[in-house]
Amino acid sequence: MSSAMLSVKAVETFYGKIQALRSVDLEVRKGEIVTMIGSNGAGKTTLMMTICGSPQARTGRILFEGTDITAMPTHDIMHLGIAQSPEGRRIFPRMTVVENLQMGSILNKDAEATFDEDLKKSYDLFPILKSRETQRAGTLSGGEQQMLAIARALMGRPKLLLLDEPSLGLAPLIVRQIFDVIRDLNKNSGLTVFLVEQNAYHALRLAHRGYVMVNGKITMSATGAELLARDDIKSAYLEGGAH
Amino acid sequence: MSELADKTAGAGQGTHGTASGPKIIGALKDAAIAGVIALLLAIPILSFRTIPGDGGLAMYSRWREVAIAVAAVFTGRLLLNLFWWSQSGTPSRTKASALKSLSSLLSSSTRFIAPAVIIFAFLLPFMPFSNRYIMELAVLVLTYVMLGWGLNIVVGLAGLLDLGYVAFYAVGAYSFALLATTFGWSFWICLPLAGILAAMWGVILGFPVLRLRGDYLAIVTLAFGEIVRIVLLNWYTFTGGPDGISSIPRPTFFGLEFKRFGDNTFAQYFGLEYSSLHRIIFLFYIILILALITNFATMKLRRLPIGRAWEALREDEIACKALGINTTTTKLSAFAIGAMFGGFAGSFFATKQGFISPESFVFLESALILAIVVLGGMGSQIGIAIAAVAMIGGIELFRDLAEYRMLIFGLAMVLIMVWKPRGLVGTRTPSIFLKEKKTISADLVQEGHG
Ligand SMILES: Nc1ncnc2c1ncn2[C@@H]1O[C@H](COP(=O)(O)OP(=O)(O)O)[C@@H](O)[C@H]1O
Ligand SMILES: [Mg+2]
Repeated sequence: MSSAMLSVKAVETFYGKIQALRSVDLEVRKGEIVTMIGSNGAGKTTLMMTICGSPQARTGRILFEGTDITAMPTHDIMHLGIAQSPEGRRIFPRMTVVENLQMGSILNKDAEATFDEDLKKSYDLFPILKSRETQRAGTLSGGEQQMLAIARALMGRPKLLLLDEPSLGLAPLIVRQIFDVIRDLNKNSGLTVFLVEQNAYHALRLAHRGYVMVNGKITMSATGAELLARDDIKSAYLEGGAH
Repeated sequence: MSELADKTAGAGQGTHGTASGPKIIGALKDAAIAGVIALLLAIPILSFRTIPGDGGLAMYSRWREVAIAVAAVFTGRLLLNLFWWSQSGTPSRTKASALKSLSSLLSSSTRFIAPAVIIFAFLLPFMPFSNRYIMELAVLVLTYVMLGWGLNIVVGLAGLLDLGYVAFYAVGAYSFALLATTFGWSFWICLPLAGILAAMWGVILGFPVLRLRGDYLAIVTLAFGEIVRIVLLNWYTFTGGPDGISSIPRPTFFGLEFKRFGDNTFAQYFGLEYSSLHRIIFLFYIILILALITNFATMKLRRLPIGRAWEALREDEIACKALGINTTTTKLSAFAIGAMFGGFAGSFFATKQGFISPESFVFLESALILAIVVLGGMGSQIGIAIAAVAMIGGIELFRDLAEYRMLIFGLAMVLIMVWKPRGLVGTRTPSIFLKEKKTISADLVQEGHG
């Protein structure tokens, strides 16, 4: 059994007086895909951003590979080997696709030497980006922008990839394509992934383990398959809220 | 019947068929409304003029001007309605595509235009038409080109709306003047020092506004610009207050002075007849070189991590942090480097004028520099240069119409923003090239959704 790469211990986060996270405990081990599902406003993005130090947790501790990152500035945390595809993708719209990817390589210390190789890898993962290379990223479709956001994060050669709702607003076919890429990355390169999603079906099928968050609290944790089989999960997250 | 209507349609307005009748009436109505609006605006703006007379201000009415203005608006609107907007109320297609191809021509051929313009600039003093007036105007234009390029780092690249840029221009000018008059140091020593001091003030302004963006940032920087001016105005013992600082030393050419008389003058050394033009040409080359340094530094910085971080910051601050960019140092460096170039320009201004006072550093200057950056296309080096030539040249051109100058500029700005909302050169040159250089036209770049 491998030890935790990322561990979140009794973390509470506030926006002013509003509490968004309530004593969250969570672990991501090396080589795992872990997902957290929760409905809109549950606190998924808040947890993601708290891991990245913006906002910072008011109580509790966050460790990454044994380093306490709870009170570190965001840019230092990212340099430890964490990359993020944030909620809403947040690609740089006026920059070209290749410039966006270049921005991602800032986190890679050996970018000078490995940029071309990494760029080729990105295009192998998402061939459509190759044909859009010199196009302004703002003119890409939603799916392409999501692919770019993931590719940009990977350019930093992270140890841990954080994904915030990559399926949001995308056609099922594109979602499947993106999730397949994530699965392959995990299988072939051993990339560790922490994924937060509302799209529980795809996320739970992809993940080794999953957590469920309700109102800033973790209410359940089990393997992806176990959660997928549970009736309460099915009715709450899988039937599209048709209760 | 319809054939007849077709034939008579061209004959004159009176014989227009029923279809075009309402159009003329509509156009007349629209023009009349525009005329009324013009009248309402003209009454407070134009109709009275105060002239200092004996024992106070005398007021004169100017109804003739009001009538001219209203008539001009009415006929102009009518003509636009009838001819320009004739197809379904939009500007005619050929005009639009002509503008489009002009701008793409401009951006695609910058590679050849830029060196040509630079060579022309270096040869300008020796052109047959160059006289004292043209050289002085060129010095003025280049000062604003440089200020535009400096502010462009802050506004165009880093996306930080700075309405108080003139503060750094002032800090540069005063630093230079005080250093040069108190210590007697030469131009080439005081210039970098003034730039460094201005950069320091850039950081000092940067700290309190780190968390601000957009409108809030604009307001605070505007206030900063005014504070600097007011301090300069009131700190009499240090800055001379409203009297300013005079007898600032002029720059020398390797120690040779530009004077009519003396032992060590430029004209004497080179065996030339003394001409006051020599000094102006020398100043012209100094500001040309300073401006070019600003330009090449900006172009170089854009390709370095810091420059890319500025552009990323303009696009998305949260994404920047997620990519490990330290947004604090990124912002401060943009303020500092932008301010430094403002400081250089200020030093040049001080040495050129030989006299400075707070009057030269009013908010209008900040607004003018910002207008140059916005008109130029926020980030386009060549666009800013064109905008500076147009703005400063335009101000000169309309010098005789002093009172209407601002009106004309307001109008020109509105028109350009309507036709070319991204500025004259609304394209952004990518900072990383793949074999061939490609720019993406402003027309293709509406942000994608879905
Ligand atoms: N910047 C903010 N300021 C105040 N409240 C916020 C802010 N961001 C999120 N919240 C609140 O925190 C809760 C969790 O939000 P979020 O983490 O975005 O949920 P999710 O990503 O699961 O949809 C919500 O109630 C939301 O209103
Ligand atoms: Mg969210």
